[in-house]
Amino acid sequence: MQSLESLTREAQNLAGSTEHSITWHKKGITANEAEVARALQICNACRYCEGFCAVFPAMARRLEFDNKADLNYLANLCHNCGACLHACQYAPPHEFMVNIPQAMAKVRMETYTDFAWPASLGKLYKNNGVTLSLATAFGLVLFLVLTVLSAGNLLSQPQSAPLAGNFYAIFPHNTLALMFGVVFGFAVLALGIGVTRFWKEITPGQATQEAVSEAAHNALKLKYLDGGHGEGCNDEDDRFTLRRRRFHHLTFYGFMLCFAATSVATLYHYMFGWQAPYGYFSLPVILGTLGGIGLLVGPAGLLWLNLNRSPLHGDAEQKPMDRAFIILLFLTSLTGLGLLVLRETSAMPLLLAVHLGVVMALFLTLPYGKFAHGIYRCAALLKWSIEKRQPNKLSLGSD
Amino acid sequence: MWDVIVVGGGNAALCGALMAREAGASVLLLEASPKEWRGGNSQHTRNLRCMHDAPQDVLVDAYPEEEYWQDLLKVTGGQTNEALARMVIRESSTCRDWMRKHGVRFQPPLSGTLHVARTNAFFMGGGKALVNAYYLSAEKLGIDILYDSPVDDLEIKDGKFVAAMVGDKRYAGRAVILGCGGFESNREWVREAWGQNERGEWPAENFLVRGTRYNMGAVLKVMMREGADTMGDPTQAHCVAIDARAPQYDGGIATRLDCVSLGVVLNCNAERFYDEGEDFWPKRYALWGRLVALQPKQIAYTIIDAKSVGRFMPPVFPGVKADTLPELAQKLGLDETVFMKTINDFNAACRVGTFDHTIQDDCHTEGVTPEKTHWARPIDTGPFYGYALRPGITFTYFGLVTDEKSSVFFKGKASPNMFAAGEISAGNVLGKGYTAGVGMSIGTAFGRIAGTQAAAAAKKMKEGAQHAVA
Repeated sequence: MQSLESLTREAQNLAGSTEHSITWHKKGITANEAEVARALQICNACRYCEGFCAVFPAMARRLEFDNKADLNYLANLCHNCGACLHACQYAPPHEFMVNIPQAMAKVRMETYTDFAWPASLGKLYKNNGVTLSLATAFGLVLFLVLTVLSAGNLLSQPQSAPLAGNFYAIFPHNTLALMFGVVFGFAVLALGIGVTRFWKEITPGQATQEAVSEAAHNALKLKYLDGGHGEGCNDEDDRFTLRRRRFHHLTFYGFMLCFAATSVATLYHYMFGWQAPYGYFSLPVILGTLGGIGLLVGPAGLLWLNLNRSPLHGDAEQKPMDRAFIILLFLTSLTGLGLLVLRETSAMPLLLAVHLGVVMALFLTLPYGKFAHGIYRCAALLKWSIEKRQPNKLSLGSD
Repeated sequence: MWDVIVVGGGNAALCGALMAREAGASVLLLEASPKEWRGGNSQHTRNLRCMHDAPQDVLVDAYPEEEYWQDLLKVTGGQTNEALARMVIRESSTCRDWMRKHGVRFQPPLSGTLHVARTNAFFMGGGKALVNAYYLSAEKLGIDILYDSPVDDLEIKDGKFVAAMVGDKRYAGRAVILGCGGFESNREWVREAWGQNERGEWPAENFLVRGTRYNMGAVLKVMMREGADTMGDPTQAHCVAIDARAPQYDGGIATRLDCVSLGVVLNCNAERFYDEGEDFWPKRYALWGRLVALQPKQIAYTIIDAKSVGRFMPPVFPGVKADTLPELAQKLGLDETVFMKTINDFNAACRVGTFDHTIQDDCHTEGVTPEKTHWARPIDTGPFYGYALRPGITFTYFGLVTDEKSSVFFKGKASPNMFAAGEISAGNVLGKGYTAGVGMSIGTAFGRIAGTQAAAAAKKMKEGAQHAVA
């Protein structure tokens, strides 16, 4: 087939070419990026999907897809909702084999890896399920050993009840704050450097107040999981549902509430000298409980959707990364709520060690796992909000 | 035994099936293709030409009945049935709420569609999204759907439908809707229809099919055998000049080339043969398929220079690129001497005024045949690009005679329980030519009517049978 050959040739020519705008590493356009370029050239001649999300209007502002930074920007703008795949007249089994969600997902993985700081740790995205499992095992062992060292054994004796509810009898508050502060600080630094590099490469232009608030709105509402018509995105098939959007909201806002709970508790501790455990109706516990419930239901739902997703969506190789992260979030919440319920019992030291171990694993792997998608997605959304306000340089005729 | 058997699985068939089901009939839909290719040519469509007297959600301004009718009259050169055409036009103004009810979503016009922004309502996600929505709705309503079921014969008794056959499987029904498209995928039939030209060529051998590979015209052949009334010229079709590298089937919209009006078009003898700037491309693309079909070897080459890059919708395949015109002639396999003479003559004839590709500007030629009446600028700035063009058929217009009830006719007499909708009878309204989105208007109007009529016919048959028993 002449047509396919010419498209494939184009893609091959593009792959490995060194004309690109990434300034801080020497990598040429990869095979996955070339596949996105190939598919977008077909999409740009069709454009039926413009109403679904921002990727296609962003694509329509371009004629060529030979710029590495552009390809990474477009890939991270894609939410993997699946709408364009199910609506595509050129999707497999058509010989054009257009599968935008899958092609984009593969490039996103490369974005995370290539922009990771330090660069050598970018490898952790590959086989990420293993990374997260090892981190979890490490976190658990660390805190279980520390518990034994500090308390003598993992279960406080019923007769020595004073331990119950008193977390800091096992781990002094300052030790915990230091450990988690350092790990969390590193995560913020690593992701910050990565996304700053990304931001510079995609040359977004000046952000206006309007653009920033629109991007924030699009990110916080998961605008582009609504299918453009508000009925949601695709999961198993061409049916639109709001399930993914809602479970993601529960996960994200659950996570944020838990984070808020921790922050409030830290304030209580240092500013007011109020020490944990806090009462069941105190602000940190209410925030943490609500967040914890969101962080149980959300990830459980996302895992269920992930297991039943159409195999054509996304990149099968990243499923372990997605699932490991979802499970880690779920465990964080489960162990946290378990600790809350059983904090007055002798199981407290064991539960505390397990909870802290899981949270440690989550924080350690935050910059090198699925969490990164949110950071790069926000950057891409902001660029789109800036870009769409700039005059379109193309002057195509109409059909 | 079903009340209504629907033969076909595209827009018209689905509209028929849904309307019949809503009217209370039990419905079986037989789609020739496997599930992943379902929807016939509807999967490649993108909009519906809609009459509207005032702005309506995604539609701006107004597009009144009379203007729509005049547009149709113009493109068909009068080869249309006014009563049926006006019925389609009026239906197009009211059908969209029903479409929405079945999950079809509309969106503002796509970028680069200025010329149809007022007249056409775009489906969000295009035709395949529409087809998906209809199938989903059909499943929810309990319509039985069978894929991989190409109907190859019909049992008809005294002008009445009895059963549809898929190989040795027999599906009996009280009424039938034939919504199974034209015969454009049947290359042998199209070849015969076009016959041999004065050069001894079989032109249709070089045609591409822009749409589905499943419109083999088997049911149309059966209906001809059974003596159903047919109409139309079998060489007339929605026929567009498309990129010659497009696949044999299902190339769809992406294989279009919108640069014709910006440059020149040469045949394989490196000569121009038609005014490339006669009108805006959207008003001319359906003409150029036929123009190319009439050229030797059914191929043509559109040539542009660097000035035109970025002024037309991006093509799916990159053009053949050369820094000089002789080099481009060589790369395209055209006679260099004739090629250079044609281009030089054209360039010398250009009277460049103020170029503006968004209006019918004053750039034209003088003293060259054929003339180019708008957007004529010398082709003189490298790099130069060439794209080979082939005729691409979307659907054929020859089909079954029908009326305002979507009935099928035998010797001038309407069958009581056989109805036709979509491309199989579109030729009644569309004798030749095309205007964007009208195919979906025709399919939706006749499909919906056929559904209502078929359900009523089935009910009548049932009652008749009960009376007979009683």
